[in-house]
Amino acid sequence: MVKVCVVGASGGIGQPLSLLLKLNPYVSELALYDVRLAPGVAQDLSHINTNSNVTGYSKDDIEGALKGSQVVVIPAGVPRKPGMSRDDLFKINAGIIKGIVTSIGEYAPNSRILIISNPVNSTVPIAVEQLKAMGKLQPGNVMGVTTLDIVRAETFLVDYLANVKKSPTRQYDKTAISKEVTVIGGHSGKTIVPVVRNELYIDSLQDQYAEFIHRVQFGGDEVVKAKDGAGSATLSMALAGYRFTETILRSIHREATTPIPTFVYLPGISNGRQIQKKLRNEALEYFSLPVRLVDGRVSAIDASVLDHLSAKEQEMVHTAIQELLGSIDKGKKFVIGSSKL
Amino acid sequence: MLSRVTRRAFSSTRISPYKVTVLGAGGGIGQPLSLLLKLNHKVTDLRLYDLRGAKGVATDISHIPTNSVVKGFTPEEKDGLRNALDSTDVVLIPAGVPRKPGMTRDDLFAINASIVRDLASATAEAAPNAAILVISNPVNSTVPIVAEVLKAKGVYNPKKLFGVTTLDSIRASRFISQVENTDPTQEKVNVVGGHSGITIIPLISQTQHKGMPKDVKDALIHRIQFGGDEVVQAKNGGGSATLSMAQAGAKFANAVMAGLDGEADIIEATYVDSPLYKSEGIEFFASPVTLGPKGVEKIHPIGEISSEEEELLAKAKETLKKNIEKGVVFATKK
Repeated sequence: MVKVCVVGASGGIGQPLSLLLKLNPYVSELALYDVRLAPGVAQDLSHINTNSNVTGYSKDDIEGALKGSQVVVIPAGVPRKPGMSRDDLFKINAGIIKGIVTSIGEYAPNSRILIISNPVNSTVPIAVEQLKAMGKLQPGNVMGVTTLDIVRAETFLVDYLANVKKSPTRQYDKTAISKEVTVIGGHSGKTIVPVVRNELYIDSLQDQYAEFIHRVQFGGDEVVKAKDGAGSATLSMALAGYRFTETILRSIHREATTPIPTFVYLPGISNGRQIQKKLRNEALEYFSLPVRLVDGRVSAIDASVLDHLSAKEQEMVHTAIQELLGSIDKGKKFVIGSSKL
Repeated sequence: MLSRVTRRAFSSTRISPYKVTVLGAGGGIGQPLSLLLKLNHKVTDLRLYDLRGAKGVATDISHIPTNSVVKGFTPEEKDGLRNALDSTDVVLIPAGVPRKPGMTRDDLFAINASIVRDLASATAEAAPNAAILVISNPVNSTVPIVAEVLKAKGVYNPKKLFGVTTLDSIRASRFISQVENTDPTQEKVNVVGGHSGITIIPLISQTQHKGMPKDVKDALIHRIQFGGDEVVQAKNGGGSATLSMAQAGAKFANAVMAGLDGEADIIEATYVDSPLYKSEGIEFFASPVTLGPKGVEKIHPIGEISSEEEELLAKAKETLKKNIEKGVVFATKK
């Protein structure tokens, strides 16, 4: 039974995410924190008849929210508007994340830190560097949540396969497709690398393959555009964030979990250096790959996916790394300043 | 993907396809409700309608890997509302404005009555056989409004019209577990009457906690009756219960679909066209209802109640009568 803290609980992602967490039987205490409105959200959720106690904390009480938390999920920050890239968010969200992680370092340094706030490619390095500076870094605890890309890859793969003129009895089940596709790399545009494990599916997709890749990479833009100024993905992000958190909770409760992709600090993970070698770039410190969890923390990276990449996928990995290096650097510089790098 | 518990709550052994329409999908209840319905395996075709925002919400949740299709509809496009409703099986109506501190659900009547009337009219034309689940407050009055609109169009089926009172049952389970230090998932309280303040009657005498001291019981009853106000206060002008209402709406919609599917023993409290107190001029009343392929299969009487509960019932009936009349008068005026 676990205390989970949601930082940014009254936002567009935070509210539905908190609802899903309130329904999870592994959560015994749910702490909702935001700069405004968290007590109202907590009062609302507290009426649901599941076993967790939910408390809302006001702006000045992040300590109360974080103390004793074993898992901290962070959707806090501003969303994208049409025309904005995730990097445009950087200016605002970088400061928000730095502040939150500083508090985590003080009040819940042993917690697992699940970062949703964009741009993930930069906010995770900010978190790691900030904890390093405080002497509180446990690399296996810091995880960038890329699950929405995997969720989109599963949905779009089935949608495109269904378009293919095959025998009418061929039915694809979106809820059972997860073994066939995963996503590695980063969490922004061309840093997102969908990997279709089954070659037959790639063959089936044919000229839809490029469109499939593009849609997974720019699925976020699709939602920003459809919402026309009203925000970015909230409900699907809540679901994805919940799916990842739920895996962490199951791992904490000693259930076996299949490796799940997350954006992590490679030098801090046991086989991270080998991964950097495999990616052929030892300067690359962060990459999202399926990881094995012990007690809800990253214990090792499952790099088997890298052994079976197609030529196209290897090309995408190379492109992803080039962009990632810049975003990671931007995040690091935000904490440690340009002179020290 | 989802935890086993939530999967159990949402999966069914038979996959009958259900089309579900949410009218008011862009709102505070509508959005999380639409998310939960997208996660429900019984739903294969989800239609979202609102004055604004439905297409954005639809695109958002369309990225979720469940096997339903989801589409957003707006009033700007030709036949938007009609297409959202066309041959749908279940219509959920959370549309309308929420309360602010100091308001009763009745104060919402002025705005929400016309909204519900117009949506009922469209439903009567495009989906006369659908199960209609009314969430928009004040439910005590909006359900009669829907009934009158359907009657006027000659398509009224009392077995298919439901006022969603599930949140009161959920609150009762939760609050009683807090008072009695028990597991809220195991508490079941029959809540009857209506969906507003003193029309909400939790039947504590029918639970295992008959020995509750009077002052504790009175406080508990009051809390269940005014649980909604608690959230309105806490949100301080920012709205009323949205997330817990979404959960309640999704739970009840799931029960309705299970009933339509022919699953046995699906019993939920809901506000329906009821024979229980019709002789006293009260046309609608919430009590436990068995849900089945026709919608309402059997309306259960409230059973044996204590003398204090008889008093609550008497007061509730007075108010309910007025609430129902207000709805009927509104709907039938020329």
